[in-house]
Amino acid sequence: MEKMVNVYLYGKKYSVPASLTIMEAMEYAGYQLVRGCGCRNGFFGACATIYRIAGDRELKTCLACSTKVEDNMYVATLPFFPLVKEVYDINKVKPTEQIMMQLYPEIYACVGCNACTQACTQGLNVMQYIAYAQRAEYEKCAEESFDCVMCGVCSSRCPAGISHPQVAMLARRLNGKYIAPHCDHLDERIKEINEGKYELLLEDLMGKPIEEMQELYNHRDIEK
Amino acid sequence: MYTDAFMQESIKKVEAAREANMKLDPRRMTAEEKSVLLKTYHPDYREDQFENLVMGPNAGQKVPRELAKLLQGQSRLLNVDVDLSNPDYDTDVLIIGAGGAGTSAAIEAHNNGAKVLIVTKLRMGDANTMMAEGGIQAADKPGDSPAQHFLDAFGGGHFAAQKDLLYKLVTEAPEAIAWLSELGVEFDKTPDGTMVTTHGGGTSRKRMHAAKDYSGAEIMRTLRDEVLNRQIPVIDFTSAIELLKDEAGRCCGAVLKNMETGELLVARAKTVILATGGAGRLHYQGFPTSNHYGATADGLVLAYRAGARLLYPDTLQYHPTGAAFPAQIYGALVTEKVRSVGAMLVNANGEVFMNPLETRDVSAASIIRECSDRGNGVPTPEGYAVWLDTPMIELKHGEGTIEKRIPAMMRMFGKHGIDIRKEPILIYPTLHYQNGGLKITDDTQTDIENLYAAGEVVGGIHGRNRLMGNSLLDIIVFGRNAGKYASEKAKSVTPGNPTLAHVAEFEQLRKDAGVSGDTLSPQLLPDYTRKVK
Repeated sequence: MEKMVNVYLYGKKYSVPASLTIMEAMEYAGYQLVRGCGCRNGFFGACATIYRIAGDRELKTCLACSTKVEDNMYVATLPFFPLVKEVYDINKVKPTEQIMMQLYPEIYACVGCNACTQACTQGLNVMQYIAYAQRAEYEKCAEESFDCVMCGVCSSRCPAGISHPQVAMLARRLNGKYIAPHCDHLDERIKEINEGKYELLLEDLMGKPIEEMQELYNHRDIEK
Repeated sequence: MYTDAFMQESIKKVEAAREANMKLDPRRMTAEEKSVLLKTYHPDYREDQFENLVMGPNAGQKVPRELAKLLQGQSRLLNVDVDLSNPDYDTDVLIIGAGGAGTSAAIEAHNNGAKVLIVTKLRMGDANTMMAEGGIQAADKPGDSPAQHFLDAFGGGHFAAQKDLLYKLVTEAPEAIAWLSELGVEFDKTPDGTMVTTHGGGTSRKRMHAAKDYSGAEIMRTLRDEVLNRQIPVIDFTSAIELLKDEAGRCCGAVLKNMETGELLVARAKTVILATGGAGRLHYQGFPTSNHYGATADGLVLAYRAGARLLYPDTLQYHPTGAAFPAQIYGALVTEKVRSVGAMLVNANGEVFMNPLETRDVSAASIIRECSDRGNGVPTPEGYAVWLDTPMIELKHGEGTIEKRIPAMMRMFGKHGIDIRKEPILIYPTLHYQNGGLKITDDTQTDIENLYAAGEVVGGIHGRNRLMGNSLLDIIVFGRNAGKYASEKAKSVTPGNPTLAHVAEFEQLRKDAGVSGDTLSPQLLPDYTRKVK
């Protein structure tokens, strides 16, 4: 007999196998999920969840798809959180301090409580990347926030009302477009293609009978 | 953390052999060996798992049993009155699906001045694109060429790809990378701007571009942000349940269903782009899947019912390395990049049994052989599995490589107490990708006028097997093309009156063909509820 635990979904008690994730426990209990369920494996950030183990003072956060149930776990999901997403033209913004002040001035109201970092379902140092954003160190902000799945749990815990995932999104795009080194060999290849350099080669290849193609494929040299 | 005694014993063998294994460069299989292996062990060759369609544009051709049921299923609107005369939405280009292909299409259609509407069953970006980890191919380095890329993809797909589509894929690949870079996607580069590229299974040049092992996520969240910046309307948790056609048989919109309230809505459009993705959640042959919750082949069903042909609907991709243990992540994707950066496949006895960079179909078949007839698998609660020896990566490339290059994998297993830097992981093939799909012309149009398609819902670009990194590429290249062509066409279209006549005709076809059963399709979501029976 499989080991069972008691979980409280929105306060209602269900007995479920101890090996299940919170998401699987909800389905086991009979929920046909529509919202709050995405990749089921930690990439969408669609299943942000808050829970408390009975008797524990600490309120914990997680993704329901990647967290196992525990006995006496009280669960509430947060399938949507109203983040602030400011619109901008990526071709007009510049990686300056002004852009954050203009779009997300609330980041300067951070009180340093670190609740965002403690809540992060990915284990990221969220407060640190906000500090980088404040100082317009977008490359560092991008690197520190890179694994963010934008579940929004950090923002739900922030007393300053910061929409951390959107701040980081802006920083990463600024970094990718303006700060990261430019790739010259890419430009070169696009130019060659546009000039038609590979057309004959490709047409010749595509026109070959299948046996010849197979020969070519089976004996092509493979870069070490 | 492995507490099972067999696993612990087996790990000791893997560790003991690691140093010797690392030095191996196993030879590639010959064409003949591959052919026999595939026929014997690849799931696509299990004839009893397929059935021939008895009606519709592909009548007489075989498809997976689960798909046949849905393609020949009953419309959700059969006995429902829908008022088509007062559309809730009226737009130039309607895009169904908001993954990588749908959002790329939206951006290009918007660039072309079209009024665009996106509808999506889950949220924008909740798509297989987001879960693509390993990378995106483009022949942009000296020593490589679009022709070499063509040869790799054409051969890897068993010489079955539609050549005109593959030509587009490889020649527009560098431009796709540049387009993403301009949008702010952070590709891995060296300090002088050179792209960091690796091999994927079946590539002859190192042309896999990546953003750590969140490549798809980095692309998807950037495209999503761009759609939001442009304030293109997105109706989420709303699924298309039938297409609409005018009296001339041209596609002119769709009937939508609010997934939460059940409300039906009508969207009228001059052109429609289907970008609904794949079918992993149909769990063909009982396989687990790496796909997202909504991957239920809806687009194939909608278009088939409206009269569009499918190409290669009988070929599926089983990703060789799905997580096999622990149960909580059973079927989840373990990116091919783990092998690209140096991990080898090792059986229960600690033996390397193949070159880790064969194509996906060959690798999957080889793993299945190891776990079945050869009896060299490691027993797990879900079946047999083999090891992917991840600690090799840091022995080869130095400490810190795993955290830097495959952080998502480290996190996924770390959450379950397995440190992939120190311990190998158990893997088994998982249902990953639908190689086949809607047949399109090189301007991305399906058999139905004004119905375009892009992304995984399309068949023919990759032939009968897809290489790693060519799917992220195809959603960008063909997503953009679909956006351009559909918006251009919309300029000259005056849609007629929307009708559901094809739904009634399809029902007649069902009756004539003697199709029984009342399976409703599209399926929309899988049902994982238990207790409720």
